[in-house]
Amino acid sequence: MRRDMQVRRLGSVTYGDALDLQKQLVEERKADAIPDQLLLLEHPPVITLGVKTRSDRSHVVATPEILEDEGVQILESGRGGDVTYHGPGQLVGYPILDLRPDRCDVHRYVRDLEETLIQAVLTFGIVAHRAPGLTGAWVGNDKLAAIGVRIARWVTSHGFALNVSTNLSHFDFIVPCGIADKGVTSLEKLTGNRLAMRDAEDAVALAFARVFERTLIDSDSALAPTPRE
Amino acid sequence: MTNVVMPQMGESIAEGTIVRWIKKVGDSIDRDEPLFEISTDKVDAEIPSPAAGVLTEIKVKEGETVPVNSVVATIGTAGEVQSAAPPVQTLPEAAAGQPERPRTNGSGATAAPGAGTAPEEAPGSHEDLRRQKSSPLVRRIAQEHHVDIAQIQGTGLSGRVTKQDILDYIESGQASAPIVDETRSPAPSPGPTYKPGESVHIVPMSVMRRKIAEHMVLSARTSPHVYSVYEVNFARVAALRDKKKAAYEAAGAKLTFTAFIAKVTVDALRQFPIVNASVDGDNIVYKKDINLGIAVALENGLIVPVIRNADDRNLLGLSRAINDLANRARSKKLNPDEVQAGTFTITNPGIFGALYGLPLINQPQVAILGVGSIEKRAVVIDDAIAIRPVCHVTLGYDHRLVDGADAGRFLTYFKDKLENFDESWT
Repeated sequence: MRRDMQVRRLGSVTYGDALDLQKQLVEERKADAIPDQLLLLEHPPVITLGVKTRSDRSHVVATPEILEDEGVQILESGRGGDVTYHGPGQLVGYPILDLRPDRCDVHRYVRDLEETLIQAVLTFGIVAHRAPGLTGAWVGNDKLAAIGVRIARWVTSHGFALNVSTNLSHFDFIVPCGIADKGVTSLEKLTGNRLAMRDAEDAVALAFARVFERTLIDSDSALAPTPRE
Repeated sequence: MTNVVMPQMGESIAEGTIVRWIKKVGDSIDRDEPLFEISTDKVDAEIPSPAAGVLTEIKVKEGETVPVNSVVATIGTAGEVQSAAPPVQTLPEAAAGQPERPRTNGSGATAAPGAGTAPEEAPGSHEDLRRQKSSPLVRRIAQEHHVDIAQIQGTGLSGRVTKQDILDYIESGQASAPIVDETRSPAPSPGPTYKPGESVHIVPMSVMRRKIAEHMVLSARTSPHVYSVYEVNFARVAALRDKKKAAYEAAGAKLTFTAFIAKVTVDALRQFPIVNASVDGDNIVYKKDINLGIAVALENGLIVPVIRNADDRNLLGLSRAINDLANRARSKKLNPDEVQAGTFTITNPGIFGALYGLPLINQPQVAILGVGSIEKRAVVIDDAIAIRPVCHVTLGYDHRLVDGADAGRFLTYFKDKLENFDESWT
């Protein structure tokens, strides 16, 4: 039978609060006190540094003064990857999954996240792809969704960030993921429409359930539950 | 003393970078307590201690990258001098003294196909031992071949079973034989059993019901069924039927749409012999005769009387045979040989109102034609909307012999012959 995955649509949550919530849920998931979780949320403007760049901020190009003026925070995070930006209009997904017993492979996990995002944006007619040697979902040379993941005893945290209607100019504050020669894009830019965050959440949750073979528990969904097997 | 190794976090991952040591040398640590953080590509992982004790040595500094399975630290007891060369141990101490469980055979929990890795057991258990002795890749190979890793002498670090070890073991024939594929034997009926007093009414199946049940299960299991549905315009057939009905009645036959369909089916079967065939082991058996079965619904079941050598009959002959067999089927006066040796079957779910059906093949045939209801519908003819009697016709076929292209050619021919029915055939 498929495993359950609870979807939590949290709205706007500060990066710090989301970090605390993830820590708590990871412990609960390790103890098997809760089913797999998919947190869907947005962050107020924030620049986060991955484990590799904790002490190296060369990929943040804006001065502290500019960032303060724009209301953008800078924080360290425990995830993998380089520097990234989160802000309103960006759908952030934090899956708290136990990858045991059959998905204990970090490369596969990242590939599955990419597949989820590629399938999700297909709902809006956007054909995204992987970029060799890089993670995330790309359209042409532009990154549509970023991935940064942490795993502790095969329980995942952190996850992905899909630009739905993100203010793309905020990415100018950083060199996203330390990759200088690539750009960023959003579903709004690609489709020419302002999409409801709700529709993006639905598309991502459905694609996630499909790729990870989970049954959605989504009390807040207008969608029919995926069939149990 | 336990060696702590760089874990393999994925099949395609060959190395890892230590990002941070959470514990310092001299710190005491519990088993499964976070010990260090590693980074591989975009993923960071927190690695728990494989054993309880004191962190006696850190061999790989933060920021350094080492291959998977390299020893990165050691855990010993308090006061242990790390310079004293430890004796070579074949097993981590967590497993020492643990009695080995009897080897599981193919049906054991640890080797059950599709069951994934066995659930976690108590610390120091057999499962623990297996995990510490092998990588995920090795465990997967073990699972696929139903091998108990604990039975293999590992040559890797701390007695770990390497990929080569397990492949050698399997090659040596020591692995138990794979389990018989359960899908090949008949599935036991999973139906509920009812006790007296429950609110049900139990009636034994009739002989016919049992035979239908057996035959349908056999068919579903034997043939990979694929379906193609075509829409057929019955305007010409309807006009011909109106024109000829009286004459046929005078000759003692009822001219039905089924007779027209049977006539064209026989013609199409002659054109496409693969649809009038059977599978016999690795052979294709083409039937020289066309023995056309016509499914007849009975009050509590159905029967398929067969028109032998249907291609020898004209439309009048087919009409007579269909009427005769259907009447005798309903009055239970068929001879046993009149329900045998069919080579193809027509069934007519349309008479109950179905738009089209998805029938099961009548074994050992390889295809079945389902006729949907014939109803007037709006159709587009030469860019104008017209009202025509239309029927949806389904070909259910055994994909072992019949491909979609064959079915398409068969149905295209069938549709064309019906829509342009040759009046000389009437």
